[in-house]
Amino acid sequence: MMSNSIRKVSRYGTLHVAEARIRNMAKWAFVILFAAVINPTLYLVSVGIGVGSLIDANNGVDGVSYLTFLAPALLASAAIQGSSDEVIFPTMAGFKWERTFFGMRSTPLTARQISTGIFLAAMFRTIISVVIYWIVLYLFGALESDTAWLAMPAALFAGAAMAAVMLALAAKIEKEDFFFTIVGRFIMIPMFLFSGTFYPLSQMPVFLQFFGWISPLWHATELGRYLSYDYPLPGIQIFMHIAVLATMIVVGLFLSARVFDDRLEK
Amino acid sequence: MSESLIHARGLTKTYGDFVAVDGIDFDVAKGESFGFLGPNGAGKSTTMRIIGATSVRTSGTLTILGKDPEVNGPQIRAHLGVVPQQDNLDVELTVSENIFIYGRYFGLPNSFINKKIPELLEFAQLEEKKDVKVQALSGGMKRRLTIARSLVSEPDILMLDEPTTGLDPQARHILWDRLFRLKEQGVTLLITTHYMDEAEQLCDRLIVMDKGKIMAENSPAQLIKDYSTKEVLEVRFGSDKNHEMIDVLRPLAERIEVLPDRILLYAEDGEKLLESIAAKGIHPNTSLVRRSSLEDVFLRLTGRSLVE
Repeated sequence: MMSNSIRKVSRYGTLHVAEARIRNMAKWAFVILFAAVINPTLYLVSVGIGVGSLIDANNGVDGVSYLTFLAPALLASAAIQGSSDEVIFPTMAGFKWERTFFGMRSTPLTARQISTGIFLAAMFRTIISVVIYWIVLYLFGALESDTAWLAMPAALFAGAAMAAVMLALAAKIEKEDFFFTIVGRFIMIPMFLFSGTFYPLSQMPVFLQFFGWISPLWHATELGRYLSYDYPLPGIQIFMHIAVLATMIVVGLFLSARVFDDRLEK
Repeated sequence: MSESLIHARGLTKTYGDFVAVDGIDFDVAKGESFGFLGPNGAGKSTTMRIIGATSVRTSGTLTILGKDPEVNGPQIRAHLGVVPQQDNLDVELTVSENIFIYGRYFGLPNSFINKKIPELLEFAQLEEKKDVKVQALSGGMKRRLTIARSLVSEPDILMLDEPTTGLDPQARHILWDRLFRLKEQGVTLLITTHYMDEAEQLCDRLIVMDKGKIMAENSPAQLIKDYSTKEVLEVRFGSDKNHEMIDVLRPLAERIEVLPDRILLYAEDGEKLLESIAAKGIHPNTSLVRRSSLEDVFLRLTGRSLVE
């Protein structure tokens, strides 16, 4: 039986790690689902409808209503926030607070399987959050076009890119003292504000547009807008957005596996 | 030695300039209960992690179940049960869930794990806690669960790093009883400890480690025989006077050790030694005769006490 089990671990070990994480999330299912509904509702009521009524009185943005313009950005932003939380906290717990990763590593699991499993579980939660967010958007009438659902894969793409990078970063952090403050105040909030979320990035002076170019949120928002309404986007730019996000995923996951391996070796 | 489960020669681990494990040799046979005794920082845990195929050795040869951990890490880990120094349970999950997911990490079928869970809960005396989240358990219960969890894959070798450190005496005795049962079932045990009573209780054979090196290797009884006398007389004269008495006492005992608060006099018959001291008109404030322990062996080998 043993050699058979070993073969199964090498094939499905990543999924078992994800399963353990999902069981953990299940304990918080109510909180997770509640947040998934309440966050978009608050944004849509205040910014979407409040600011939107003002903007729509001036013919909207890009020839569509403000809510339609805003929806892909909010969706991608929610995906990024959710996926980041879901890699950062379990990684901190796994290496430091509970040391569960060291327990996993005493089994046939490899470091790469552990890091990828955490990533997959984070994406599982992100999919749920994004779908709920999308339904709320729909109920608010923010989704006018037939292709509006395509904003979801674009948002998930952003969530995956951010999760992969944050996974490597969180694994690298041994003292978390300032980590959460730095991530919250100097990464998440500026990214939210400077990624063309509330107005087209081109409205910014060029030196500030730079923040958008390095932000997964901007790349995903552009893709989301392109996919969900007639937002004009040249082919080369579509390619570039996809390339940036894909690179973040590949490099992030590659580095994560290496950092996990180093740290679990100690 | 074809039947040795673990075979180490010149095993070395360095971190930069620091030598944690310094070229040690040992063999562990199937069904044996093998101990690593030594103070904190002696290299016991590092040795355990290398055997556990989670830390890579710097040099030397090592085979576990005939395989090299550097090449066959996952294959070797599939046969090990590991109880680390610090519990690393999933505190948000219940007692049963912890055993279940751990079994999954070994690629075991659900049906096998589900059959195993009640058995392990009984072993760990946690039947009533099976649906309780781990964060609500006491230290002793968590420790027992960690051991139960490590047994889900029916390991050939169970590795316990300081299994009872931090537990109260009652919890320690329960744990010793459980480990003794495993030993009776023929599980090979690898134990590190800095408690000599634990080593005496659980180990068939042990190595005494200090500063990454092996100082001695044998059964607890034989180590005491080889490195100490049958009995020890402990006398106290008060911290100021202890030192003045050394020269007077030295010729009377086979060996003498001076600790900060007391003097240890080694002899085959402690009571007789106490009488001969009294006959010389020397009257310590307190005196105690006891049997030699591994603590005395360690003191003899390293000149330092085990628990500092």
